[in-house]
Amino acid sequence: MTNLAIHTEVKEQPPAPDAKTSDKLEEKLSVRNLNFFYGDFRGLTNVSVSLYKNKVTAFIGPSGCGKSTLLRVLNRIYDLYPNQRAEGEVLLDNENILVANYDLNFLRAKVGMVFQKPTPFPMTIYENIAFGIRLYEKPSKADLDARVEDALQRSALWDEVKDKLDASGLSLSGGQQQRLCIARTVAIRPEVILLDEPCSALDPISTAKIEELIDVLKKDYTIAIVTHNMQQAARTSDYTAFMYLGELVEFDETSKIFTNPKEQRTQDYITGRFG
Amino acid sequence: MEQQHEHIVRSYEEELALLNNKIAKMGGLAEQVLGQSFEALERRDPDLAAATINEDEAIDELQREIEEQAVVMIARRQPMAYDLRQIMAALRISTDLERIGDLGKNIAKRAVAVVTEQQPKQLMLGLKHMGELALGQLKEVLDAFIERDADRALKVWYKDEEIDAMYNSLFRELLTYMMEDPRNIGLCTHLLFGAKNIERVGDHATNIAETVYYLVHGRNITDQRPKGDTTATTPVSLKRSAV
Repeated sequence: MTNLAIHTEVKEQPPAPDAKTSDKLEEKLSVRNLNFFYGDFRGLTNVSVSLYKNKVTAFIGPSGCGKSTLLRVLNRIYDLYPNQRAEGEVLLDNENILVANYDLNFLRAKVGMVFQKPTPFPMTIYENIAFGIRLYEKPSKADLDARVEDALQRSALWDEVKDKLDASGLSLSGGQQQRLCIARTVAIRPEVILLDEPCSALDPISTAKIEELIDVLKKDYTIAIVTHNMQQAARTSDYTAFMYLGELVEFDETSKIFTNPKEQRTQDYITGRFG
Repeated sequence: MEQQHEHIVRSYEEELALLNNKIAKMGGLAEQVLGQSFEALERRDPDLAAATINEDEAIDELQREIEEQAVVMIARRQPMAYDLRQIMAALRISTDLERIGDLGKNIAKRAVAVVTEQQPKQLMLGLKHMGELALGQLKEVLDAFIERDADRALKVWYKDEEIDAMYNSLFRELLTYMMEDPRNIGLCTHLLFGAKNIERVGDHATNIAETVYYLVHGRNITDQRPKGDTTATTPVSLKRSAV
């Protein structure tokens, strides 16, 4: 039947979202041909991916696939360790952050990070947030109070802690501590927020609160989240990148990745099959 | 998409296999109900018709089972990608098969109603041929589902036009009989509904074809299906020349 011809599969599709939906997309962070080395070990191979402004991008993949490594490159936190190096380009607002003379304080103010385990400082709730702000600015007491409140409001923690700002950050529950860490990140007014397994140590209610927070925060920030929880990636993100053995296998709209991925390896991973 | 590997969790694999088996079983029953209803109509066999009407209950029961299993699987497994499409496909196909069972049951009921009527051979032949075509379509699309063969499903999808064309000609023929002799109206009305039911079976077979295509490719058939049923817009004139 001649009509069948029109349904033949279009194979080589570019790993980019549809043109019609990407009209208004603005690249906030753009990774180009990134290679990363831990000494002699190559952790990332030719990774290219974009984080779009005001969108949530999820990175999924098995342990050791390089998703946390990639996140660690995006704010150059790897610089703290010897023998680790990155090659390629990571463009933040079209400027390559990997060049040697890039201002790291500026970078880390713009690209904030929240880790797997909540890491509040052993100080009061108020100071946990004010500390970071003072590193970059010298606000008045009234301004500082307002900034702390704003950060706690944005992190949906204000109502729970407003009467005990002088209590230790460590006295909070795990979920509250994680939101405190997000508040600390948000307080210095970053543009990009990196979340590395932010809910893996939290119960479902605290997880839901963080996910709600991600929904709210993306209106003002660009967000990248690394997660082992596929349902969480499906729930929270607009775009999903699947990584495997240090390579980016597939990047597309989340709705496509979880209903009709193009790559067999993505399919096998997200459906829990033997690869 | 290449051949699917097996799930790491074996019970998940077993649940999906069970769901597929239930669809296959339901499809077999739907074929049976439909085939018997045609036979009952042709042979004017009220006993076969009654038995056929009873068999439809088993199809309904299977649909309930499939629906329940699919809901539980969505809740417990949180299926993704191809698995999700398999479960959605099972839900959709079971709905179509349940409707096909109902249509078969309806034809069987009409077989009982026309049992005493004198039936013109030629008319019955037309109806029988149309029924065979619809049954063939159903068998073909169920095989396409089992084989996960989207091309085969697509052929079924295009072929529905033939059933529609047959329905149109049967419709006109029945109108002619009714106008020739008002005593034919009772029988012809039953046969007309029978023909309409068969035409609907064809539509459900194309629905299943669309589902199979979606299951395999993860997207819908984008082509416009040729619509063959024009009876809804055919004017009925009392003048025979207009028919």
